[in-house]
Amino acid sequence: MDQIASDALTIVYGIANLALISLGLAIIFGMMRVINLAHGEFLMLGGYTVVVATNNGVNLWIAMLILAPLVVGVIGVVVERLLIRWLYGRMIDTLLATWGLSLLFIGIVTSIFGASTTTTISPPLGVITIGAYTSSGYELFLIGVAIALMAGVYAVLKLTTLGLLARGTMQNAEMAAALGVSTSRIYMITFGLGAAVSGLAGGLLAPITGVLPTIGVVYIAKAFITVISGGQAILAGTASASVLLGGVNGIVAFITGPTIGEVALLLLAIVLLRLMPTGITGRFFRKSL
Amino acid sequence: MRRGEVVLETRNLSMAFGGVRAVDRVDFTLWDGELRCLIGPNGAGKSTFFKCLTGQLRPTEGDVVIRDVHVAGREPHEIAALGVGIKTQVPNVFDGLSAEENIWIAARRWHGAERARTLTRETIERLQLGEVRTRIVGTLAHGQRQWVELGMVVAADPWLVLLDEPAAGMTHEETGRTAELIREINRSAAMIVVEHDMQFIRMISRTVTLFHEGRILMEDSMDAISADPVAREIYLGHRA
Amino acid sequence: MRLARDFRGTLIVAALAVLFTLIAPVTLEFFTIITLTQVIGLAILGLSLALIWGFGGILCFGQTAFFGLGAYAYAIAATNIGGSTGAILIAVLVAAAFAAILGYFVFYGRVSDVYLAVITLTVSLILYSLIRRTSGPEYKIGDALLGGFNGTGAPPLNIPGDASAMLFPEHIFYVAMAALILVYILCGRVVTTHFGRVCVAIRENETRAELLAYDTRLYKLGIFTLGAAIAGLGGVFFAVGISRVTPDVFGLGQSALTIIWVIVGGRGTLIGPILATFALYYLTAALGTQQLLNTNLILGIILVIFVLAVPRGVIPTLTGWAATRRQRRALRARERRLRLRRPRGGEVAGEAE
Ligand SMILES: Nc1ncnc2c1ncn2[C@@H]1O[C@H](COP(=O)(O)OP(=O)(O)OP(=O)(O)O)[C@@H](O)[C@H]1O
Ligand SMILES: [Mg+2]
Repeated sequence: MDQIASDALTIVYGIANLALISLGLAIIFGMMRVINLAHGEFLMLGGYTVVVATNNGVNLWIAMLILAPLVVGVIGVVVERLLIRWLYGRMIDTLLATWGLSLLFIGIVTSIFGASTTTTISPPLGVITIGAYTSSGYELFLIGVAIALMAGVYAVLKLTTLGLLARGTMQNAEMAAALGVSTSRIYMITFGLGAAVSGLAGGLLAPITGVLPTIGVVYIAKAFITVISGGQAILAGTASASVLLGGVNGIVAFITGPTIGEVALLLLAIVLLRLMPTGITGRFFRKSL
Repeated sequence: MRRGEVVLETRNLSMAFGGVRAVDRVDFTLWDGELRCLIGPNGAGKSTFFKCLTGQLRPTEGDVVIRDVHVAGREPHEIAALGVGIKTQVPNVFDGLSAEENIWIAARRWHGAERARTLTRETIERLQLGEVRTRIVGTLAHGQRQWVELGMVVAADPWLVLLDEPAAGMTHEETGRTAELIREINRSAAMIVVEHDMQFIRMISRTVTLFHEGRILMEDSMDAISADPVAREIYLGHRA
Repeated sequence: MRLARDFRGTLIVAALAVLFTLIAPVTLEFFTIITLTQVIGLAILGLSLALIWGFGGILCFGQTAFFGLGAYAYAIAATNIGGSTGAILIAVLVAAAFAAILGYFVFYGRVSDVYLAVITLTVSLILYSLIRRTSGPEYKIGDALLGGFNGTGAPPLNIPGDASAMLFPEHIFYVAMAALILVYILCGRVVTTHFGRVCVAIRENETRAELLAYDTRLYKLGIFTLGAAIAGLGGVFFAVGISRVTPDVFGLGQSALTIIWVIVGGRGTLIGPILATFALYYLTAALGTQQLLNTNLILGIILVIFVLAVPRGVIPTLTGWAATRRQRRALRARERRLRLRRPRGGEVAGEAE
């Protein structure tokens, strides 16, 4: 019984982890129809923010929950203003430009901090025990954060004026532009928000994974698969794809080991795409957020 | 090809977008050798109906039969491969290629290299595209692009031709030439032409089908339709 | 006709490449010749993407997946068979078969460009992390240890039929160069055939191609598979050039580089990306020896600048300039003639393009 609870918790954590690393990407994709190839580097920058801040004596929680999203969010806005906005309507060029950005970030961080970092932060909150089994309290915390973050994004989309405008733009960018909604500003905020959420995720994961200039690679494959399988609805897409892919990954990995788990993730995603070329939310839950 | 045969038929054809039925249980028949015009106000569902015929949309309900082949839900290339020539409302041409290459691609689908080259030359002559033969199509004027697209349809020598607003955006003179070309194509092919331009329709049509809110409202000669008070109200009234 | 002229251009470039092949071993240092083999492998990779992206319009961000599969398949097959000729064939077939299966799913699912780009990139990243985990002695195909992140040894080429007759590095250079030139001619030929031109037409407007009764999925699958086979061959020479295959062939850096070659060289040209491969290889090699500027930093800047300022790439931009200048000159010449009141019939010389 305890074993089942502990294993289930591992799988749920896998799902939450997937949702956490994908949500920022999903926000940008849902709104702008563009996959941000610098997504992994946004996560990486979140991690570095936490490392630098704590090295300078900032409280770990403040660094993770406030500084990381703030810093990366600002970087996102700057990037959007300097680069992305020149490429509106040029989908492929936007993809390429974000890829250039990804290399640029890796290059800059490597130049400043070197190719590897020795600093590690140990995950706070210790362990909790379930009967005879132990589980990381921090992982439990991250599950909570993933849920809270989803709820937060839901609230922003559903309850605020910004959310209303964003939803309009999401449905039909041209229509929104014709109605006088400044899509340019919405895109700027979206990009900033997506970056901030990614920064938060990267900051929160830094204690578990450590930081490296190239750590983005570890995340992006999974994040891409999740967002593409999910389709364009930000929340429903991320949630449904995380549960499906994270669940399958968790179960397969549990049986055969992590390598095959990742392959299963990819194969499932490719088969899903053959059946639903526009993602899960392109077929189901069409009207959802 | 015997006259009086049915070449295209739809039964109970419907296409719904979410809650909106853009095409609503349409029964439609086209006879061999016929030149049929589809008219109707903006948003009547003409293009949606058209796309159900060409395979660009998968109808939510009903059937499309082209020469005994059930084609509802088939891919556009399968339908075109039956010998159906199609021009869409939004011009669809190969913008980065020359006018000649555009037409060659169409001709080469059906013929060997030698024959395709001859056909391309003939088509260019027939459509008087000689001047723009080597020009990149993306740089041509709207009317000329439409002509290149018509050229692609003609070059494949189809027996059934579907045209969605072939004269849209053309000058008066170009419209006249298009009407002439359509009559010429009609000698060897049955046709459906979607149009708004009344004068143009008078130039080419015998039977006209009037669409309104996804349904066929009337099917008659242009004169009879323009004399009908209901038709005037919903359609001609809009235009006045 | 235009076709004949395009292909003549290909042959002229090929002739120049033959000339280079003949003088290179005489004028260059031995060490340079050895590294050249590996760069030729990369250039074949660049050429493969030039074909499928530049002409087929298929936005494949993970062309390195096929390159890497070719490299690994060669190393494993050559180690097991004990000869290189069959191994090359196997490498090319493995890459092509993998692409055919992947292509079936993406093209028949009709996924959009953005999805295709990201899915192909993801495939190569997954292969990367997969192969990195194969370091134990249990990961073994026949006699070949996969070796995890250390990679596995790639045997050199030998004379067909005689596995003990190994080729010398300069001979391997000749073989690699011959492969590059032949594949270049093949690609140049393919894009002028009916198949190739339909692929270009699909790039221009897929709907139109469909409405002209072309099964666009099949054509895309065809050119995608051909491109993968070529990338696989590139992988073979890369592996032979460095005598090793490591997981980095699948890495994000390699994927990015491949895209950058095509962006810089230009889409819609075959020679552009090949030249860009050589140029950027030596640029990054030069950068690697200094500590000041990070290679990723430079590559990132190059990519961003090209997307913003030179989106068509170097070669098309140059030929575009040349063509406009030629046209202007012809126009001026005609005006001059007209002014001299010796009007002569005939069209303005020089075709658009
Ligand atoms: N892809 C789509 N999704 C949702 N609604 C659509 C779509 N395509 C068409 N419609 C709707 O279906 C209705 C019919 O449109 P359609 O384009 O068939 O009209 P039409 O008769 O061709 O008009 P026009 O004369 O302007 O070309 C319109 O209300 C339109 O908004
Ligand atoms: Mg219409």
